[in-house]
Amino acid sequence: MQKSLHINPDKCTGCLQCEMACSFENYAVFAPARSRIKVFDFHATGRKVPYTCTQCDEAWCLHACPVDAITVDKLTGAKLVNESTCVGCKVCTISCPFGTINYVQETGKVQKCDLCGGDPACATACPTGAITYVDANWTGLNKMQAWADKLGNQPTA
Amino acid sequence: MSWAGKILRVNLTAGTVKSEPLRMDWAKQFLGSRGLGSKYLVEEVDPKVDPLSAANKIIWATGPLTGTMASTGGRYTVITKGPLTGAIACSNSGGYWGAELKFAGWDMIIFEGKSPKPVYLYINDDVAELRDAAQLWGKTVWDTEAALKTQLQDPQVRVSSIGGAGENQVLYAAVVNDLHRAAGRSGVGAVMGSKNLKAIAVRGTKGVGNIANPKEFMKVAAEKKKILAENGVTGQGLPAYGTQVLMNVINEIGALPTRNHRDSQFEGAKDISAEAMATPRKTDGRKPLVTNQACFGCTIACGRVQTIDKGHFTVENKPQYWGASGGLEYEAAWALGAANGVNDLETLQYANVLCNEHGMDPISFGATIGAVMELYEMGVLTKEQLGTDAKFGSAQALAHFAEITAKGEGFGKEIGQGSKRLTAKYGHPGLSMTVKGQEFPAYDARGIQGMGLAYATSNRGACHLRGYTVASEVLGIPVKTDPLVAEGKPELVKAFQDATAAFDSSGLCIFTTFAWGLPDLAPQVAAACGDEFTLENLAIIGERIWNMERDFNNKAGFTSKDDTLPKRLLTEPAKTGPAKGLVSKLPEMLPKYYEARGWTADGQLKPETRSRLGL
Repeated sequence: MQKSLHINPDKCTGCLQCEMACSFENYAVFAPARSRIKVFDFHATGRKVPYTCTQCDEAWCLHACPVDAITVDKLTGAKLVNESTCVGCKVCTISCPFGTINYVQETGKVQKCDLCGGDPACATACPTGAITYVDANWTGLNKMQAWADKLGNQPTA
Repeated sequence: MSWAGKILRVNLTAGTVKSEPLRMDWAKQFLGSRGLGSKYLVEEVDPKVDPLSAANKIIWATGPLTGTMASTGGRYTVITKGPLTGAIACSNSGGYWGAELKFAGWDMIIFEGKSPKPVYLYINDDVAELRDAAQLWGKTVWDTEAALKTQLQDPQVRVSSIGGAGENQVLYAAVVNDLHRAAGRSGVGAVMGSKNLKAIAVRGTKGVGNIANPKEFMKVAAEKKKILAENGVTGQGLPAYGTQVLMNVINEIGALPTRNHRDSQFEGAKDISAEAMATPRKTDGRKPLVTNQACFGCTIACGRVQTIDKGHFTVENKPQYWGASGGLEYEAAWALGAANGVNDLETLQYANVLCNEHGMDPISFGATIGAVMELYEMGVLTKEQLGTDAKFGSAQALAHFAEITAKGEGFGKEIGQGSKRLTAKYGHPGLSMTVKGQEFPAYDARGIQGMGLAYATSNRGACHLRGYTVASEVLGIPVKTDPLVAEGKPELVKAFQDATAAFDSSGLCIFTTFAWGLPDLAPQVAAACGDEFTLENLAIIGERIWNMERDFNNKAGFTSKDDTLPKRLLTEPAKTGPAKGLVSKLPEMLPKYYEARGWTADGQLKPETRSRLGL
């Protein structure tokens, strides 16, 4: 079963545990500046929104790469950057419609979410369930259940 | 390790910035943040210095766990000699700024001297420089943050700054970061303003990567987060209701100081409580509370985000206040509300937002208004002087005072001096509800006896955050004690004060202590900083910090005579509630407290205490 990172902004408190977990997993350092998931804080509404790569099937970044440095992890479906192949041309960062693949000046390569090989550290670290790692075919399951509850699970008088 | 190992020293007079290695010998004795920053202050500043003079210094300090994945690891402390009290001032804030400073590779920043013109400090990892702030001076905290992000072309920069209150040296001006988080008490913002220092903008990309034992740290931090999640207070009460969960509870036990402590129960408490914030308004059908919010790394998320009713008289035709903004915490709701007899939630929200926007402490501001209203009702202050009727309960007066104090206009200048100076000026010093010049927070010393002792002996003047025995006396954490008795309180207060000093110095938030004790903190510090940070060592570090602060205050001229409460709490019994007929039993508790501390009868450290603690 393939799984997807699933994000529910309503549950996000803006604690950035996910950003620290991401940088720690990949670079052994707590550094939101190096995280591949970003939480956006919209002050005027009070909403916080975690945002990262959704692992497109027909991934723009993968198709745009001139040196085929981006490949598919067959197990997780993640699009992976092969750092030894990447030449840092940044064409993928232009082609990605969502901005979730980014250049890293310290390494001269690009980085993006790789789903941590199937056990995403951000989802594990999230204290509120705003970021979960669930069956890719059923990312809507909880939402459906909540609405089903409203629709037909009321006690009868 | 987990300290960055490096501090920044900024001489504002000379305009120089230099890097120094952190004194690791001091870090081992005083841990970080509050403790370590205070160590630098007491070593470098004459205790008798005028707090608003160039000879005072002001320090921003993080702890070893700031910027780590330990829950609540986002705290920093601003330390200086405080202008409101003349005692050591040490105010803690959350938000994201503290972690950002650590990520840039600095444990603390020490500012000395006074800049000839307004400046701000810009830190981008290793590079730090003072820059001209002429264009920022006069701006609010919010506009300053926005302007710096634009000017520096970096939306990710974090800002710690002052607004008009700090510039005008309101004696309880705050330092504010991330729009709504404040190093709120004791006037640290006024010291910043006195130095012509407007802001510190930080961008840190390096992160914290020197945890002593990373594997153990991740394991133990995760275990401790689970404790927070499963605890009723930190896992449910605080995220759902915030600190405001206390309003009705404290009112019921008869310890909600009301109308400048004339009363200890407020008939309007329910109107300004957490429950009221979560109830749809009649006018627009929306709840004032929008959502909760976390500071950096915090898995509790007690912060409030709220809206003010657009049609309310305070914000009519002021669209800048119509969006979501930082919401009422218990202390602010009490100080702006019960302390003045005001039960209009929307006005409290408005006054609170002005405190954030202009950078002032809502506790001292609100409590000072309590004194103003009492003086008004006595006929000492007049409508002509104040620019408004100011009876207890007047929401209009509260809104007016918030505006003129924040902007330093008219009588607002006098309100900005705090209640001690204001009541003395008008001949009624007994009406100042303060200790060492700092206003009380939201717990009546007659109804929660331990808090009376905690206030009287707090090293920064009246404060709930130096020894929160409410946890034990009201909530039963870690054990339930009777709030109405004096017995056992000296030891309880000492234990809370020492443990709190250790927590504050770690870089974590003391709200974790609703669920954690030192045995939960110790393994996290040990995994991050080294095995020597055992439970026993942290307990001693906490006690050492407390005594160091005390020693500074003694040298500044404070004596045991200053460890007291206003006459009202010692002689006027509570009129209603469980504490009816009681006054504070401070005189009974204080000598026992000194004894437990190892101090002389006049509150000085005994030589053996000094040597036991390595001071």
